[in-house]
Amino acid sequence: MKVLIIAQHSEGVLDATTLNVVRAALAISEDISLLVAGCECREVAEDARYLEGVTNVILADHPCYESLSAENLSSLVAEMVPPYSHILAPANTFGKNVMPRLGALLDVQPLTDVLHIEGTDVFLRPIYAGNLIARIQSNDNVKAMTVRTSAFPPVTRRTEACTLEVVDKAFDLQLSRRTKIEIGRSDRPDLGTARVVVSGGRAVGSSENFKLLYSLADKLNGSVGASRAAVDAGFVPYDLQIGQSGRVVAPELYIAVGISGAIQHIAGMKDSKVVVAINKDADAPIFDIADYGLVADLFDVLPELEAQLC
Amino acid sequence: MKILVPVKRVIDYNVKARPKDDGSDVDLSLAKMGLNPFCEIAIEAALRIKDENDQCEVIAVSVGEKQAQEQIRTALAMGADRGILVEADSPLEPLAVAKCLKIIADRECPDLLIFGKQGIDNDNNQTGQMVAALCGYPQGTFCSAIDIVGDVVAITREVDGGSEVWELPLPAVLTADLRLNEPRYASLPNIMKAKKKPLEVMALGDLGVDTRPRQALLGVSLPSERKPGIKVDSVADLIEKLKNEAKVIL
Repeated sequence: MKVLIIAQHSEGVLDATTLNVVRAALAISEDISLLVAGCECREVAEDARYLEGVTNVILADHPCYESLSAENLSSLVAEMVPPYSHILAPANTFGKNVMPRLGALLDVQPLTDVLHIEGTDVFLRPIYAGNLIARIQSNDNVKAMTVRTSAFPPVTRRTEACTLEVVDKAFDLQLSRRTKIEIGRSDRPDLGTARVVVSGGRAVGSSENFKLLYSLADKLNGSVGASRAAVDAGFVPYDLQIGQSGRVVAPELYIAVGISGAIQHIAGMKDSKVVVAINKDADAPIFDIADYGLVADLFDVLPELEAQLC
Repeated sequence: MKILVPVKRVIDYNVKARPKDDGSDVDLSLAKMGLNPFCEIAIEAALRIKDENDQCEVIAVSVGEKQAQEQIRTALAMGADRGILVEADSPLEPLAVAKCLKIIADRECPDLLIFGKQGIDNDNNQTGQMVAALCGYPQGTFCSAIDIVGDVVAITREVDGGSEVWELPLPAVLTADLRLNEPRYASLPNIMKAKKKPLEVMALGDLGVDTRPRQALLGVSLPSERKPGIKVDSVADLIEKLKNEAKVIL
């Protein structure tokens, strides 16, 4: 078995999810190559050489990979297979963009959002917004998959570097062009990797009121998320949405504030270690999955909670 | 301008899916079915382009069981011009569906294919990207805005942590994210009119596509349930529990 991981990175920094994907790969094989494709991204590749478990880093440095477009990237990876038996990427907007296109080029049926690896060809993945878990055997000669990074702990860095291989292949299909990037700048930890997530629902009432959540999150060195209702109401931007069609998180502590707990939202947070629910409505479904429920007005609770945390 | 919108018949989004008693598959025997919500958004996106452009034809196509005609009719009632059903007796994997859609795309030569980003049943998020690969077209996934200028489509993509703007030459494949639009409701007169719109039915076998499954479903189970928790009486009580019982804060 030989695994190839497609690494995500931006602005010269390897995406933290890569560390989780390597952990997933270790459940398949000890022969793990990691592809860093991009433009002027040697630093990222050098950094990746120190990841526990990675046995070879492959650098494809060319302007045509600058935007990591699915068209160019999938053509490059398709050219690199064989010898790989498994190809992994994170199950986020990056991996989900590239992996199906690659699957079609290789004529294989990829798996989305793998959350457990039973063996080299049997995998568990969530279906129906995570209400069910499917156990799937892949019979393709190459197993392509995106992995749910919150289901695999990150690997650590080591002091010895693995080998670095440079490939000089440019697949410049010129099919698409990125003209603008707007990434929300924040000093808070990324939602996907934060240890604490404070998440707000419609009951928070306004973007002004969301400041109460940000303030609490900062106190806990956490990040802020939201339900679809809060995003639809325009309180916070879309990239904070947690659920079936947003981000999937599994922090140590998830504090649901004024969130009723629709199944689509629960799909995005139910693997959190500890869930706290704060809601005025004692019948809100979120209480069914919360470890600690507090039936109270969030506007009373949040300032008190922040004040009492030292 | 010709726009192809692939649509999928799925379980109604309000229904909680259950495994069959023997755990072999999902129990859909009594489930209410409907048009996949993301496909509805894709149809709406196509119709908004059509609203601005007299010479635009919108075709709803589905690959699935006979009853998927209902979902094509829904798309026609919303305003699509005609429908195509590739009738398959059993559910197909995304790759097989993509191969069927490639054949339809080759026949219809659309300028744009707009998909929903994922089906809410299997949550695969694959078919659009696969059709793009098979046709050699550019792909714009997770779209929250679509703007056609001449023979280029500019899209805003919702990506983790922000958004991006991309330009793709036509023909192109787009996949619709949740916030692209709010789909219109079909009016009663339009529902009546939709019954008379053309709906072509093709047999899967006539397409000459290898749709044999690549994966075996070994079973379907419920995820491990969270253990029932407790209610706390006060903020002080909550903090005490988080510190000393759960040990998640210092």
